[in-house]
Amino acid sequence: MAKGEIVAGCLAPHPPHLVYAENPEQNEPASEGGWEQLRWGYERLRKSLEGVDYDVIVILSPHWQTYIGTHFIGIEKCSSKSVDPVFPNLFRFNYDLEIDVELAKAIHDKAEENGMAVKMMNNPDFRVDYGTLVSCHMVRPEWDKPIVSISSNRSLSYYSVEVMQEMMLELGRSTAKAIEDSGKRCLLIASNSLSHRHFVTETNPPEDMSKEHITSHAMHLWDMRMIELMKEGKSQQIIDEMPEFCEQAIAETDGGAFTWLLSALGVPKEPAILHGYGTIIGTGNAIVEWPVRNWSA
Amino acid sequence: MSGEVVKSLVIPAHPHPVLCPEKNEGWQRVRDAFDNARKQIEESEADLIIIYSTLWPSVIGHQIQADPNPEWVMVDADFHDLGSIHYSLRIDSEFANAWNDANISRGLESRTVAYDGFPIDVGSVVALKLLNPDNRIPAVICSTNVYSNRAETTILAKSCMDVIKSQGRKAVAVSVMSLSNRMFTEDIKPEEDRIHSLKDDEWNRKILEFLSEGRLEDVSQLSRTIHDQIRVKKVVAFKPMWWLSAMNDNRNDLTGSILAYEPIHGAGAAVVVLDPESNGTGDKEYDEDDVEYYGGDRNVLESGSKANIPNPENTGPELHDPVEGKNTVNSQKAPKPVGAYPHARREGDLIYLSGVGPRQPVDNSIPGGPIKDVNGNPLDYDIRAQTRAVVDNISRILEEAGSSLENVIDVTSFLVDMDRDFSGYNEVWAETLGKVGPTRTTLAIRALPTPIAVEMKVIAKA
Repeated sequence: MAKGEIVAGCLAPHPPHLVYAENPEQNEPASEGGWEQLRWGYERLRKSLEGVDYDVIVILSPHWQTYIGTHFIGIEKCSSKSVDPVFPNLFRFNYDLEIDVELAKAIHDKAEENGMAVKMMNNPDFRVDYGTLVSCHMVRPEWDKPIVSISSNRSLSYYSVEVMQEMMLELGRSTAKAIEDSGKRCLLIASNSLSHRHFVTETNPPEDMSKEHITSHAMHLWDMRMIELMKEGKSQQIIDEMPEFCEQAIAETDGGAFTWLLSALGVPKEPAILHGYGTIIGTGNAIVEWPVRNWSA
Repeated sequence: MSGEVVKSLVIPAHPHPVLCPEKNEGWQRVRDAFDNARKQIEESEADLIIIYSTLWPSVIGHQIQADPNPEWVMVDADFHDLGSIHYSLRIDSEFANAWNDANISRGLESRTVAYDGFPIDVGSVVALKLLNPDNRIPAVICSTNVYSNRAETTILAKSCMDVIKSQGRKAVAVSVMSLSNRMFTEDIKPEEDRIHSLKDDEWNRKILEFLSEGRLEDVSQLSRTIHDQIRVKKVVAFKPMWWLSAMNDNRNDLTGSILAYEPIHGAGAAVVVLDPESNGTGDKEYDEDDVEYYGGDRNVLESGSKANIPNPENTGPELHDPVEGKNTVNSQKAPKPVGAYPHARREGDLIYLSGVGPRQPVDNSIPGGPIKDVNGNPLDYDIRAQTRAVVDNISRILEEAGSSLENVIDVTSFLVDMDRDFSGYNEVWAETLGKVGPTRTTLAIRALPTPIAVEMKVIAKA
């Protein structure tokens, strides 16, 4: 069996506003559009991935929050409706997706072997979190690839960013090894925003772009700094600066997805491709791709 | 109307008491305590259960569940292996909408939600499954805003009390929360469960000692300290005590009883019942600022938002202290007069009120917004919120006089825009004074002294 590989890693934020603005048939609310800068960014990402052969999407979402280790969905078919508890007016999404349980279990087992607390989620009534659904839909709206859904272990809440990073670095290594052993070609998604301070009011309509902007200059500076580091291939520096970024920009990277992604990609020195940046209800969001398939071995 | 909170509860949020109490003696004791609390609620006159859940975080202000019958299957994000909980709840939509309106009247960002498939949080599902299994009593569920501070959370409770009083409800207030919330970060066997640390246990016991003595406001004022000491920094802080204390008029002399205190996967799970009867001890020393209306930094999106509307106290006539004299009745809780007259005057068995508008006593703000800006440009405003605020002000003045809304016998109402506002005004009237049944005359007039849309002149029995 050929070695499995990661074809690309993506930073693919999940605010439900993006699906809402796309008006896909699966989502109940209707919009006039909005957040085009980011949606065009997702278009560029999809274009970049066009023709790339891969078997599975592996995603870690901060909106499946677990406090007792890292969990993996272990149900082969998941069908239900996801209603965002924070923005139910925007996201009521009917989904029907396939889970690659074999790969999920392989990552689970590898992480367990490496000392991590892990658990398979086998309850058929479980609803897939909206972060996973939004990111997957924006990256691959055809829904024709199975996914591996990984929870966000909130170890930062219990310990520190440093401990969270140690755990996510290990999970990333375990993910990469399990993928290699599986023989499968995988697309990895870290589903998170960058700076994450929201406005607490909403415009009417929500897609009124005349009111959309970053919440503060400090948040903007942090987002730009992180994006520059990604573009320069300075992954290790991103990891090194993560504690300050999480604290000062209230960054959603605190959920561990971004650190996990960089680790699974081998803390790359190659430059990432920025496909788009924009704000959503004040939070900073970047769509970024690490095109691993194009890197020479 | 004489609505009130007849009972207050602190309950844990984890699903174990519903799904597997038999697996651990402590979990069973928590379940038994829930059953005990349920019986106490059934034996009370309660006609409404209000849930403030820390497991439903919100960003856009506070959200209130208004779907009359939410149904789904709940699976816990962590404890999914314990099983599923099917729920079909009875929600008091009318109360939810009224609470939402009252929130907005007091300056809060707030909205109702009513969507098929909305994921009711595990804490609320556990609470209603165990405290109200047959849906005998309608319920209301409110989110916890992740950014809200003490002032905002306190006002959330006050607006809730506005509606409880105006509807004459007998409410049970429920805070869904752990005490210490640090769980074990790995799976444990049920028989291995214990409070995560001695420090957490000591703090939990101190909190419970206060609550057993009815000292709810003391716990409320220690919230930030408690959060720093024994709370993992999850989505929301130790806010429920702010809300629960404000629902009890920030009292420290309630009658408290601890029905259970046990670990659930390391977290402190307590079932506490607080009754409004005074325990006979002295009341609290209240040393944090009280607040009536929220004027914080919430409306940062819109340049024309409520926060930026010129304060009408600068746009109207000079305000006066109410005139004191023989038989006069004046209240600190009512807005200052715009001339030299008292709030009310008692003559024989009757109380005559001066014209009452919606302005708020503390900051002179106008719930629902002023009808025009400082330059005289018309503004959009909410007549329902203004009318509700007028009724609240009337209630405060009558209470100062030792009377109440139920004793109102005649009202003359003045509207500055009959065509626009009569319907909304009439709607609120029906919900409030309309239930009392005074005679009423409604007049259209050109203007009132301050930028308000409605004023009422009241005669009541003493």
